[in-house]
Amino acid sequence: MALVCASLLTPLTILAAAPSPPKAEAGSSSPDTDERVRDVASELRCVVCQNLSVADSPSDLAKEMRDLIRELLQQGKTREEIKAYFVSRYGEFVLLEPPKRGFNLLVWGLPFAALLVGACGVYLAAKRWTRRGHQAAPPPDPAYAERVRRELKERGGSSGS
Amino acid sequence: MISTLGGFTLFLALGVTLYAAAAAVLGARQGREDWLASSRNAVLAHFCLVTLAIFLLEYALVTSDFSLRYVVNNSTRGSLTRYKIAGLWGSLEGSILLWEWLQSLMAALVVARYSERGPSGCRQLMPYVQAVLQGISVFFLLLMTFAVNPFARIFPIPPDGRGLNPLLEVTDMLIHPLLLYSGYVGFSVPYAFAMAALITGRPTEEWLRITRRWTVVAWLFLTGGIFYGGWWSYRTLGWGGYWAWDPVENASFMPWLTGTAFIHSVMIQERKRMLRVWNLVLVTVTFSLVIFGTFLTRSGILGSVHAFADGPVGAMFLAFLALVLLFSFGLVAYRSDQLKGHGELDSIVSRESAFLLNNLVLVGICFTVFLGTIFPLLSEAIRGNKISVGMPYFNKVSVPLGMALLLLMGIGPLIAWGRASLNNLQRNFLKPILGAVAGTAVLYALGMRHPEALAAFALCFFVIGTIVFEFVVATRTRARTMGETFLAAFGTLLLKSRRRYGGLIVHLGVVIAIIGIAVSSVYKVEREQTLRSGESLTVGRYTVRFDGMEAGERPTHILVWANLMALQDGKPLGELTPGQRFYPNQQSPFASVDARYHWSEDLYVILSSFERDGSSATIKVIINPMISWIWIGGVVILLGVIVAVLPERRLALLTIRAKAQAA
Amino acid sequence: MSWKKALIPLACVPLIILLAYGFRTDPKAIPSPLVEKAAPGFRIAVYDGDNLSLEGLKGKPVVLNFWASWCYPACYEEAPLLEATWRKYKERGLMMVGVGIQDKEANAREFMRRFNFTFPNGPDPGSKISIDYGVYGVPETFFIDRQGRIAYKHVGALSPDVIEEQVRAILKEK
Repeated sequence: MALVCASLLTPLTILAAAPSPPKAEAGSSSPDTDERVRDVASELRCVVCQNLSVADSPSDLAKEMRDLIRELLQQGKTREEIKAYFVSRYGEFVLLEPPKRGFNLLVWGLPFAALLVGACGVYLAAKRWTRRGHQAAPPPDPAYAERVRRELKERGGSSGS
Repeated sequence: MISTLGGFTLFLALGVTLYAAAAAVLGARQGREDWLASSRNAVLAHFCLVTLAIFLLEYALVTSDFSLRYVVNNSTRGSLTRYKIAGLWGSLEGSILLWEWLQSLMAALVVARYSERGPSGCRQLMPYVQAVLQGISVFFLLLMTFAVNPFARIFPIPPDGRGLNPLLEVTDMLIHPLLLYSGYVGFSVPYAFAMAALITGRPTEEWLRITRRWTVVAWLFLTGGIFYGGWWSYRTLGWGGYWAWDPVENASFMPWLTGTAFIHSVMIQERKRMLRVWNLVLVTVTFSLVIFGTFLTRSGILGSVHAFADGPVGAMFLAFLALVLLFSFGLVAYRSDQLKGHGELDSIVSRESAFLLNNLVLVGICFTVFLGTIFPLLSEAIRGNKISVGMPYFNKVSVPLGMALLLLMGIGPLIAWGRASLNNLQRNFLKPILGAVAGTAVLYALGMRHPEALAAFALCFFVIGTIVFEFVVATRTRARTMGETFLAAFGTLLLKSRRRYGGLIVHLGVVIAIIGIAVSSVYKVEREQTLRSGESLTVGRYTVRFDGMEAGERPTHILVWANLMALQDGKPLGELTPGQRFYPNQQSPFASVDARYHWSEDLYVILSSFERDGSSATIKVIINPMISWIWIGGVVILLGVIVAVLPERRLALLTIRAKAQAA
Repeated sequence: MSWKKALIPLACVPLIILLAYGFRTDPKAIPSPLVEKAAPGFRIAVYDGDNLSLEGLKGKPVVLNFWASWCYPACYEEAPLLEATWRKYKERGLMMVGVGIQDKEANAREFMRRFNFTFPNGPDPGSKISIDYGVYGVPETFFIDRQGRIAYKHVGALSPDVIEEQVRAILKEK
C-alpha cells in the first residue's frame, strides 16, 4: 500500500507544482488568450483533416483559423459569435458536436434514455430472479433441521471454522 | 506467373472451403464419420492454401515484382525489406488476404485442438463450428476472387512502385494490424461455437467453458491492438493526442466493449446458468461489430483516417453483415424458448448484480459510441444536412459512464456471490473507501481542484485499494495458515487462483491507464509560438529554445527540422528536433514529432510551420502529464491476462517438480 | 415460430438500410451554406496590380476561383479552362478573380505564368478570404451573380460543361 502511494505521490506533486492554467508570462501572446483560443478552437472541426479539432490539427489552415480566432477574440467577440461565424461559412459540419436542438437532441438524449431503460430492465430482471430464488427455496424439513442442530451441538466443542 | 498462380490458389481455397463446410454439415447430419474426417482435413488444406497465397504475395513484394498492381501500390524498389513484407497489409486487397489467412489459421487451430481431445460435447458441436468458420472464410475468399484480387495484374509494368503511405513505413506497421486483426478474427471462434450450440440445441454452458480461454486471448489481442494504435498515433501523427474518436477507431472500440461485457457475463452463466440468451446476443453483437468495423473501414461511407475503400467491397460487406445479423438473431429467436434460464439470484446486493450493471454500462457506452458514429449518416438521411459528431461529444458522454465502470471495478471483485451481507460489505470495503477519501484529501491539499479529476482519482484510489486489500489479505491468510513466506504465498496464490488474480491485475492495469487518461487530458498544457533564432518559449517548468532550422535528404524523403534545446527548471534536458517530412508523391508534409517521454510527463514538440529561409519557426509545445501511464497500464493488462490464462496442467507439473527438487 | 420472435432479427433491417443509404452519400462533399446568399466581401492585393474588392465589382457577374500551385493535379487541369473562359467572356462583362491560397509568392507567380493567367489574381494572407468563403480544399469556384449573390459553388476541378453553364447563367441575369 505504501509503495503504491509513494509512486503515485511523486507525479502528483509535479502536478501540484505545475499550474493549471499556466500563469501569465512574458510572451508575444498572453497565455490567457491562448487558453481562450484553444477553448473555441477545440469545438470547431478542422475541415481539411479527419476528425481533428482546429485546436489539435497540425495543418496550415487550422493554424490560420486559430490566428483568426485570436483576432476575433481580441476584437471582443464571444465564443458563441465566433462559432456562429464559422457555421455561417462552413455549415453545421464545422461544429465538432451537434448543437443541442431539433433532430440532434436524439444523439444527446438517446444514450441517457437507453441507459435508463437498461437500468430499469436490469432492476426488474434482478427482482424477478430474486423473487424466484426466494420462492424456489423450499422450507427446510423439520426433522432434517433437528438432525442438523443435534450434530452441530455434538461438534460444538472442536475448533470452529 | 505469380499472378495466375496466386489467383488459382485462392480459387482453389474457395472450393476447398466450401467443401469443408458442406462435408462437415452433411457428415454431422448423416452421422458419417468419414465425411467429418475429410472435412477436418479440408480445413487444414484450406489453411495450407491460403498460407501459400500469402507466401506468393510476399515473394512478389520482396522481389519487387511490379507486374502485380498490389505490389506497385504498396512498395517501392528502395523500401526496406521489412516494409515490403508489411506492405502485404498496406491496403485493401492484402488486408483482406491477411484477415482470411488469420481466419483459416484459427479454424485449423480449433480443429486441431478440439476435435480429438475436447470434452465429449465438442464432437456434436465441432462440425457446425467448422461450418460457420469456413462460411466466414467463404465470404472473404469470394471477396478476393470476384472483387478485390490481390494478385491482379497491371500493364504496362511500371519501373517502380508508388510505395506504402509514408505514415506506414514504420516498425509499428509490423505490429499494430496483426494484433488488431488477431483480436477481430479471434472473436469469430466463440461466435462460431455459439452458433453451433444454437443449431444443435446443446446446452450453452458447455461451449462457454470450451472457448473461455480462447475468448480471453482474442480480447487480449484486441486490447493490445487498440492500445498499440493509440501509442502509435501519439508518437507519429503530430497532434499530441492518441485517440480522436475517429469512426474506425470507434469501430475497434465497440467490439472491445461488448467483448469485455461478454467475458464478465459468462461468469454469471457459468455459475448460475442464467443470461443464456443475453450471452448469445452479446457474442453475436461482438462479432457483428467486428464485421461492421471492417465494413466501415472499407466502404467509405464515413470519412476516416483509416478508410481505404473501393468498388463493390462495401456492398458485399454490408450484405455479409446483413446475413450474419439475420442468421444469428434468427437462430436465437428460434431457440429462445429452450434457452430460458432457471437461474435465481439470492439478493440484489451481490456480485451477480454488479456484473449485470457492468454489462449495462459497457453496452451503454457501446450504444453511445455506435450512435455517435452513425448519427451523421442518420442525420443526412433524414434531414439532408451534414453534421459532425466528434471528440467533445464522445468525451462528454463516455466520462460519466467510465466513472460508473470504475466504481463497479472496485465493488465487483470483492462483493460476495449470492448474498452480500452487511458484514461482508463492511469488511471488504471500509478500508478502501477510507483510503480513497484520504488519498483524495491529500490531492486536494496539494492543490488539485478540478472536480472531474478529483472524482476520477477518488474512484481510482478506491479500486486500487480494493485490489491491494484483496491481495494483501489473501496472501497474509495463506502465509499464516500454510506457513509460507509472504512472497511464496503471493506466488502460490497467483498460480492457484489464476483467473481471479489475473483478473485483478487486469483491473489494476485498467485503473493505471485511466489515471493516465484523466491526468493527461485535464492537465495538458499547450503553447504555440513563432520563434526567431535564439528565442525561447516557456511552458511550466520547461523552456524550449529555437536554435535554427536544418534540412537533409533521406532515402525516401526530404526532412526539414528545427534544432531545439529543452531546459527543465533552467537545466539542460536535451536536444529536440521536431520536423516535417516532404515526400515526392504527397501534397502536404508529414509531421515528425520529437518528444522527451517520461513516466511522469511527456514534453512533446511539433514543428507547425517555418520560414523557408530558416529565420523563424512556429513551434508547438505540449506537456502531457502522466500520459505514459496509459501505455504502462496496457502492459499491466497484458501481464494480468497472461497470469489468467496460463495453462493449468503445465504449471501444476512445474510446481510439483520444483517442490520435489526442493525436498 | 411466432411472429413476435421474427421481430428480433427483423429489427436489424433498418440499420442495414441506413448503412446502404451511406453508399449514396459522399462524406467529403460538404454543402455550402453560402449558396443563394450574399457573397462575403473581399479585398485582394492583385499581383502586379491594385487592390481589388468585391464592392468595386458591383453589378458585374464574378467567377471567384481558389487555386494553389501545390494543388496537383486538379488545379493544373482546370487552369487552362479558366483562362480560356476568361478570354471568351470578358468582353461580355464577366469578371474573373483568382485567389492563390497558402502559396509562396514565387510559386504562385510561376503557376500564373505557366498558364498565362490574364485575369487578376492575388494572395490570401492568413487565409482570411478562404475562411470567409468556407473553403476547405482546392480548387473551389464561386459563381457570383450581378446582385452579388453566390449562385453556385463548385468543388474540385471545373469541367467545360459546368463552367459554361454557370457563366452563362450569371451573365444572363439583369
